[in-house]
Amino acid sequence: MSTLLVAPQTLAQKLISKAAGKSNVAVGDIVNCQVDLAMFHDSSGPRRLKPMLEELGAQIWDKSKVVLVMDHYVPEQDDDSRRIVRIARDWAAEQQLPHVYDSIGICHVVLPQKGHLKPGMFCVGGDSHSPTGGALGTYMFGVGSTEMLGVVVTGQLWVRVPQTYLMKWHKRLQSGVTAKDMMLHMIGKFGMNGGNYQAVEFAGEAVQALSMQERMTMSNMSAEMGSQVGLIAPDQITLDWLATTGAKDVQIEGWHTDEGAEAIAHEFDASTLEPQVAAPHSPANTKAVGEFSNTPIQVAYIGACTGAKLDDLRAAAKVLKDQHLPAGVRLMVAPASLLDQAQAETEGVMRSLRDAGAEILPTSCGACSGYGGSIPDGVNVIASTARNFKGRMGSATAQVYLASPYTVAASALRGRISDPREVLA
Amino acid sequence: MSGLHKVWKVGADIDTDQLAPGAYMKLGILDIAKHCLEGVRPEFAAQVQEGDVLVAGPNFGIGSSREQAADALVKLGVKAVISPSYGGLYFRNAFNLGLLLLTCKDAALIEEGEQVALDISQSAVVRANGQRLACDPIPDFLMAMVQAGGLLPQLKLRLQQERASQ
Repeated sequence: MSTLLVAPQTLAQKLISKAAGKSNVAVGDIVNCQVDLAMFHDSSGPRRLKPMLEELGAQIWDKSKVVLVMDHYVPEQDDDSRRIVRIARDWAAEQQLPHVYDSIGICHVVLPQKGHLKPGMFCVGGDSHSPTGGALGTYMFGVGSTEMLGVVVTGQLWVRVPQTYLMKWHKRLQSGVTAKDMMLHMIGKFGMNGGNYQAVEFAGEAVQALSMQERMTMSNMSAEMGSQVGLIAPDQITLDWLATTGAKDVQIEGWHTDEGAEAIAHEFDASTLEPQVAAPHSPANTKAVGEFSNTPIQVAYIGACTGAKLDDLRAAAKVLKDQHLPAGVRLMVAPASLLDQAQAETEGVMRSLRDAGAEILPTSCGACSGYGGSIPDGVNVIASTARNFKGRMGSATAQVYLASPYTVAASALRGRISDPREVLA
Repeated sequence: MSGLHKVWKVGADIDTDQLAPGAYMKLGILDIAKHCLEGVRPEFAAQVQEGDVLVAGPNFGIGSSREQAADALVKLGVKAVISPSYGGLYFRNAFNLGLLLLTCKDAALIEEGEQVALDISQSAVVRANGQRLACDPIPDFLMAMVQAGGLLPQLKLRLQQERASQ
């Protein structure tokens, strides 16, 4: 029996320790990690990796650990898009990549739904919303294409062990208030770069009560807090959800922050949280929905990895069932994955949305990243996406507000920013 | 100590969509670079000179993982960015692309158009009036990456050495 005392570790420290092959790591240590999985998409992946790999004369370190998702430039709308997507498809065929998902959904949603992520893994993605994987107890973060090249060639990556911010949400959310509202509230409080590329961990009764997709929304938007990762300790909800994906050999024991570990704790009361809205042009520009009640809305968008998963579609449909949008309001819905869309169809959710007058768009990143380009100039937009940077959705003069799917649907229904609790009541 | 570098100033929270706007992401890096910072400094991309430095407010490079946001500045000849803080992903991308980022809490003291020197070995910015502004130390392996011109040239060298020794 060892008499050495190992200091209590955070979940982030434990995940990095495993990837670095060490028994423990300290905050600030720079360590080299073995990568369990690397994901990239049509925009960040092949069109940039292929020429660099050829220049190096190098091969992919382990094709079984690489996942390619076509989600940004699909469906192809012009010659440039066609060219970019063709590079991805040709390269996938040429390399005989075993894990390729073409036009079936957004990478951060497809990856867990296809059983690629499990608690304890160390993963990178060629996209800034890669922290979504943290919802499963996976240490996952975004990297640029050149860094991805390094991973694809060596299977390794350096990381500086981050400080952990432990966000404890006590009690339960009110009906009509969601993980998105919790995130907008925290981003408003801590800012877009609210720490030093920290790890955030979400915990407490309100977080434990969230569905897996709601947890993904939290981890997803930890990117908007300037976090490297947004972790949630895996539990029975994680196990039950992973069982539906076909993921094998799932272990959750030990993947939690130890009592007394070095973390900066912040406490929140979920029961008093009101629906939140972020005003143009920053996700940190957040206030309670009531502050915006005279703001007219012409366009509403339920989309993206952040805000168009099955639970998000269900929320919008709950508001819009047996209702109809007023004249002069356009609601666009781009489901986050075909799997989610099919389930929403089975449940009557898609029908409720269509009957209310929503336009259903292809499942892809679409207008969220300005690749879809369907937001007209000069309008007020309310969106369930993660970012409202000026011009991001394709129009520099559009005023984009961010909110939960409930609030987006309620605002579309009333033609002005509205509290969904009033509509649901 | 390096030579003198002309300063271009921008404000806080310069995000990746301002450095590499989404609408131009289909284009090659040289075309994206023409639109770099056009929302805040429309004249920047056309007038910036090789060796100039960008001095920014806090949270420079927040947002997307698109490394074109760092590469655009490299292609425009920007020698370094000086800011009190950076988006974490941007920080990694910049060094991977060979762009030096100096983390300087007093960056706001530096003035537009001023000529500054960079004391890289001591991790400091030296102002035109002689004032030294301390910057956070940069780990040796990141400094080596910048000096090599980024991760790609570094990897190329490493693979060549591995092959030569086989």
